[in-house]
Order: sequence, then structure tokens, then C-alpha cells
Amino acid sequence: MTDTTTDAQGVRPHAGIPLEHPDAETAHATERAVFGFWIFLMSDLVVFALLLATYAVLLRGNTGAPGPAEVIELAYAFPETLLLLTSTLTLTFASVALREDRARGVYGWTFLSLALGAGFLALEGAEIAGLIGKGHIPQVNGFLSGYWLAIGTHGLHVAIGVVWGLILIAQFWIYGFCPAIRSRLVRFSLYWHMLDVVWIAIFTVIYLPGSLVS
Amino acid sequence: MLGRLSWDASPFYGVIPAIAASVVILAAIATIVLLTVTRRWRWLWSEWLTSLDHKKIGIMYVVLAEIMLARAFIEAALMRTQQALGAGAGDVGPVGAEHFAQLFSTHGTIMIFFVLMPFMTGLINFAMPLQIGARDMTFPWMNSIALMLTIGGAGLVMASLVIGKFSTGGWTGYPNFTGAAVNPGVGPDYWIWALTLGGAGSTLSGINIVATIWKERTTGLDHLMWMPLFCWTSLCTALLMIFAFPALTVATVMLWLDRTFGFHFFTQADGGNMMQYVNLFWMWGHPEVYILILPAFGVYSEVIGTFSSKKLFGYTSLVWATMAIAVLSFTVWLHHFFTMGASANVNAVFGIATMVIAVPTGVKVYDWLLTMRHGRLRFDVPMLYAVGFIVTFVVGGVTGVLMAIPPFDYVVHNSTFLVAHFHNMVIPGSLFGMMAGATFWFPKAFGFRLDETWGRRGFWFWISGFYLAFMPLYVLGLFGMSRRMATYLHPEWQPWLIAAWAGAGLVGCGLICQAIMLYVSIRDRERLRDITGDAWDGRTLEWLAPSPPPEWNFGVRPVVTGRDEFGERKLNDEAYPVPDRTAYRDIEIPANAATAPLIGIFAFLFAFAAIWWMWWLVWISAGAIVLLVLWRSMRFSLHRQIPAETLYQADMAHRRTILAHADGDIGSGAPMRHARGTEGYLARERREREDRA
Repeated sequence: MTDTTTDAQGVRPHAGIPLEHPDAETAHATERAVFGFWIFLMSDLVVFALLLATYAVLLRGNTGAPGPAEVIELAYAFPETLLLLTSTLTLTFASVALREDRARGVYGWTFLSLALGAGFLALEGAEIAGLIGKGHIPQVNGFLSGYWLAIGTHGLHVAIGVVWGLILIAQFWIYGFCPAIRSRLVRFSLYWHMLDVVWIAIFTVIYLPGSLVS
Repeated sequence: MLGRLSWDASPFYGVIPAIAASVVILAAIATIVLLTVTRRWRWLWSEWLTSLDHKKIGIMYVVLAEIMLARAFIEAALMRTQQALGAGAGDVGPVGAEHFAQLFSTHGTIMIFFVLMPFMTGLINFAMPLQIGARDMTFPWMNSIALMLTIGGAGLVMASLVIGKFSTGGWTGYPNFTGAAVNPGVGPDYWIWALTLGGAGSTLSGINIVATIWKERTTGLDHLMWMPLFCWTSLCTALLMIFAFPALTVATVMLWLDRTFGFHFFTQADGGNMMQYVNLFWMWGHPEVYILILPAFGVYSEVIGTFSSKKLFGYTSLVWATMAIAVLSFTVWLHHFFTMGASANVNAVFGIATMVIAVPTGVKVYDWLLTMRHGRLRFDVPMLYAVGFIVTFVVGGVTGVLMAIPPFDYVVHNSTFLVAHFHNMVIPGSLFGMMAGATFWFPKAFGFRLDETWGRRGFWFWISGFYLAFMPLYVLGLFGMSRRMATYLHPEWQPWLIAAWAGAGLVGCGLICQAIMLYVSIRDRERLRDITGDAWDGRTLEWLAPSPPPEWNFGVRPVVTGRDEFGERKLNDEAYPVPDRTAYRDIEIPANAATAPLIGIFAFLFAFAAIWWMWWLVWISAGAIVLLVLWRSMRFSLHRQIPAETLYQADMAHRRTILAHADGDIGSGAPMRHARGTEGYLARERREREDRA
């Protein structure tokens, strides 16, 4: 809005926003969009919390079929973790590059982050293919249903993130580094970092105890 | 191609379903014919459906709620009829057991998700931005999408009347009643997807409301404690929506996976856990109770303050009570299933937590009573609902505290005592609040008040009908009558059920009175015209704007200097200053968006296809939604410019209208009472202040 100068008085750019604001209007627009996105992420986190809680409830529900100790393998989870955590670091470099208006840095680091995310998905795909091969499908029992839905929801989020990131790169390419798309990169990186946090929770609740305890 | 959709899905398995389906189809055809004959399609599309104006979106929510209320009432009346005639064995009464189960499932689902939710979202959408001096919601496009998703969900419930059947598993959808083994048809899937669309809409609305209250307040409202109380209750409601709705989404998605793909979340024999569903459902369900009631509390606070001609008593305590209720609402979900085998200690903890909620609620009741004390009370229709609420709600609250005691709950659990209790909370609590709010803000939305006489008749029928319909159910519950029974072998119950039937008849008269009220009000709109924009001697900022407000709400966004800003301005003769041309700026308002209703249509198709297993249509709809969002993300001029001169001229015109019609002095609150010949209370208040001085 043009008359936001009054509203924007005293509004300081959000501490987490890696943007140099050309004017109060853009600052205000970005501030609002990012604030709304934070709230969405909180809501999304509740979904993951409940999926993990349900997994914990169904953990013993393997009805005689192989349980967590046999099904869950750290062999996949460990490289998956490395890829995803590294992608968070590289996406942070993209944010820094955005703040300093280095176009090549933004493209390069964002693309690398997405590639790492795609690598994560490839490993997860291999893990899932292995589960299917051994007959550990979600239709077997409650434990496997909970396991599949928890990692599946996270994987779906990562997949959406990869597509979203590619669209963002394309939009940067087409429209240049305009404020609207800069603001989108800020929100995209929040989303991406949240998926990391969620993965750490999944690793802690599902993979570690699952592989250690029978 | 059509999945499991076949001719078996036609509604001609009984007389009543066939009639219901015919009514839906005829109503749809009549609407289409009417729009075509009056050449209103373009008007509907460009003035309403694609509008991103928060006021129009709010009005559309309320219209949706009213339409669905009519259907839900008819179902309630059918159930009352069935139970009144259902004494005896076998097929007594007009409605079969299977159909009865559909009725109580749809009635509950509609009342919660497609009457009260859209009603309160609509009121918040309409009034809250005006109250905080904003021009629109923070995310106008998302606002429209939320509305369209809600309409899509309601559309699914309506579609289930014509194609297939709705769930018979109750509005809570517990497995096994809704599991694939017991209930293999499409009914529970209709229920799941109606909730999913409605729930997605509510989550988006919640985000939008919080962002709006947090980011769009006008200058001066950085003092949060100067916000009207309705804004506080909207904020707490929206926070509950954001944090509670994920639980519902998770529960229904798991149930859908169980039903459609053979997962085992809730199938006990295969390692699932039904109790997990019940837990998840009520982790949403109990906050949901407060999602429904808090906006009504906000409306009552505005109404009682305004019609007592006083500032709210105990404003600060009302704010804190609201927040306490919002937090505590997450700590009591287990009281919905005390009898399901948790240990005595767990039950005790949740029982005590439940009783603790009664404390802030009690604080509110006393605050409202003390606001009325020494007030100059005016019993217009909104105030009647508010007073009726206080008296009736306390009865419901007391029965709630009773049921919070686990041993007592074991006795009345799943009986009609429970049915009476929660209707005692949501009808006088939430629904009356919505009606009070609709009557209160109607002149703001349309520029004329609702007819007082028919409004009063509607109120008296509603409240007497409520008592007659639900007090017998308390008694029957104590006799041991279970809920959801189509027939019963205890003839001594029948007189009570006939009384309840008569109560439903009175409520029906109330609805008819309200329909007549609407007709009479539109017919007599010149007599009921709200000229100043301040129909009730209001105290908050929305009454400062003209009725109906222009799409930009305020030519210059008002600066707030205290609580009840507009009331104070009237006392100080500053309510209608001469507009200062230099204060006006060019503004941008959101341009219409066709993408939002299109996304709603595809979301409906997506859900419909998922219900009937038409997987190709699922993929097409999902792809269409993604493309629409992508399309929108590549439009950058989403606003319409409005020049400062236009704003200025509109404000000048409004001021001239007030001057031309004022029969008292401007700013005294006098002009708006001229229709009923009473002196403005603010005029009296001011004279008294001057006398004292």
C-alpha cells in the first residue's frame, strides 16, 4: 500500500530477514509475508509433532511382524542426515549472497541446496524401495503405518521444497531480483530450515531408538 | 473412469432422501435460472466471488452459514420427530435407523464446520479489520481461498445428499464406526474430505487473522489494551485455529489412509490404536469448542458495552480470561472420554483442569453483569441475545462442571444429558452470539437495520424453543437414555421427547421469524436506513465509517488515543471533523482475483474424486491448483489504485449526508436514534458531565 508510511513508522525490519530494504513499503510487505509464513510453519510443526507422537504410540504395534530393530536402518539415515544438514548450510550462503546482491551466488548456492535435497530424496527412495522389497509396507501393521506416514510426510515436504526452489530460481531468472521474489526466497529458506529441524526430530524419535532398541 | 461411482449412488433408496435430493437439485436449478433471468452472473462473479474485500468475504461466509443452518435445522427437526414417534420395537417412526445415523452425523458436522465456523469467521472478517482501523486483511487472496475451501467442504456435504450417502459414524467419526470394515461405503469419506477442506480453510483463516491483528493495527493501537475486546477474542480464536486444526487434519488423513489404502492406524487387530484417533480428534475438538465460543464472547462484550452505554467493566480481566481460556483449552481434551480406561489419576487431572476453565469463564460472566449494572440498558435485539446467553449459558456451564467430575461422567456418559449439555453451550453460547453479532453489524454491512419487531419474535421463539427442546434431554439422560437412538423400548420417555419435539417446532418458528425479518427489513430499508454509519451509538472504530463502508474502509486511517475511541470522540464532539484534504494519500487496494474461486472449484473436484476413487481427476485437480498458484505468483500488479481525491470526496459526501439528516448536534450520538425518537445516550452522558463540571 502506498500510504503505509504511517504504519511503517517505527517498524524495524525483522531480525531474520536477509534483505536490504530499499523503502518502507517493501520492508512492510516483506515483514508481513514473513510473519504470516512463520505462523504457517508453527502450524505445520504441530502436524509433525502429532505424527511422531502417533508413531510412538504405534511403536509396539508390529503384531509379530519385524519390529523397529529389524526394519529401521541407520545405513540410509546417516547419509540422508548429512545431505539435508549440508543443504541448510548452503541455503544460508544463498541468503547471504542475496543480501549482498551477488546473483551468481544466489543461483549457485540455491541450486546446490536443491541438489542436496534431491540427493536426500534419492536415498530415501532407495530406502523405501528396500522396505517394499522386504515386504515392510504400511499395510502390514500399525507400526509400519506410523513409520511410513512420518517419513513420507517429511519426504513429501522436501519434494515440494525442491520443486518450489526450482520455480524460484526460474522466477529470479525471468524477473530479476525484485522485492517480491526476494521475499519468497526468505520464506523458502525458512521452510527449508524447518524441514531440517523436523528431520532431526525424526532421526531422534524414529531412527536412533528404532535401530538400537528391539 | 468413474471409480466406485455408479447408479447405486442415487438417492432413491427412501422417500425422505429422495425428497432431500430433489430439494437440493431444485434449489440449484432455481438459483441458476434466477441468476440467468436477472442477468446477475457477471455481478455475482465480479462483485462477490472474485472480490478480495474482507467485508464481502465476511458477508459470503455468513450467507453460507445461514444456508447450512437451514439444512441442519431440518435434520434436527427430523430427528426430534423420529424420537418423538420412536417408542417401540422395529421400524417405528418416519426415519429408519440407518438414515437416522446419517442425520445425526450430518447435523453435527454441518453445525460445527459449516454453520458456526463460517459464521464466526465471517463476523471476524467483516468487523475486526474495521475495528483496528485497517484497510483489509493482511493476506486478502488467501482470505478468499479460505472462503472458497469452506464453500467446497459445504458443497461436499450437499453433494452427499444427491450422490451417495453421508457418514453414519457421528460427527466425531470414531473408528470402528468409520473404519473400512464396518463402514465400507463413501459416507465416511465424504465426512473426511468435507472436514479436510473446511479445516484447511480454517487454518488459513487463522493465520490471516493473527497476521492482520498483529500487523495491520492503526496508529495508536500499539497499545494492545486499547483494542476492542472482539479483536482480542478473534486473536485467541485464530491462535487456537492455527494450533488445533493440524490435529484434526492428522486424524482424518490417517483415517482416510486406513480406509482407502489399508493402513492400520486405527485398526486394533493389526497393531493400530483406536484410542489414538480419539485422542487426536479431541486434541482438536476441545480447542474447537473455544474456537466457536470465544468470538461469541467477543460479540457479547461489544454488545453488552454498547447497549449498556458504558465502557466494559473489567476490560483487563476479560482479556486475561480470554487468553487463559485459550491456553487451558489445550489441557482438557481427555474429559471427552473419561470412560475409556485411563487411570483414575489421569482422569482426576483432566477433571480438575476442566473445572479450572470455569474460573476465567465465570470472571467473564461477572464482568458482563457488572457492565450492565448502573448502565443505561437498551434492549435491542443483540442485547436480548446477550442477556439470554448469560442466563442460559450459566446453566450449561454448571452441567459442564458436573460432567467434569469423572464419577458423575461415568453415569451420564454418552447419554442425552451430554447432548443437552453441549447444545446448552453451543446454542446460547455460540449461535446466539453469532446472531447477536449479525444483527449488530448488519446495518454496518448493508446500510439499514434489521426489523426490530420480527427480530424480537425470532429471539423469543429461539430461546423458548431451546429450553423446551433441551431441558427434557437432561432429564432423559438422567433416566439413562443413550444418545443417537432412533427407537427405544421405554414408553415413559416419550412425553419428554414429545416436549423436545415441540421445542424444535418453536425453534423452527424462530427461524421463520428471522426469514420474515430479513424480508421485511429489505422491503422497509428506507425506514430502517442507517444514515450516520453509527446505528447503535457504537463505541468502536467500525461505527466511524459510513454504512456500508467504502471498499477502502477509511479515507484516512483513524488514530486511536484510548479504549472505546469512537465513543470518546463523540463525547468530546470530535466524532465527525471536517476532512482535511492534506491528510489524504493515494492508496492501493487488492484487485479482484479469479484464481481463488477457481482453486475452490478444483479443491472440491479433488475431494470429490478422492471420495469416489477417480484417481485421474485427483491428479488433474491437484495439477490445476498448482498451476493456478504458479500463475498468481507471476502476476505482480495485483492492486488497484484509488486516488486521494476520490477518498476525500467520499468522506465529504458522507459528512454532508450526516449534516443533512442530523436532528441533533453532530457528534452527540443523537442523529442515529432519530428513527426511534429517543435521545442519544451520549448526548445525555455529555450533558451530565457538563453539569458535574
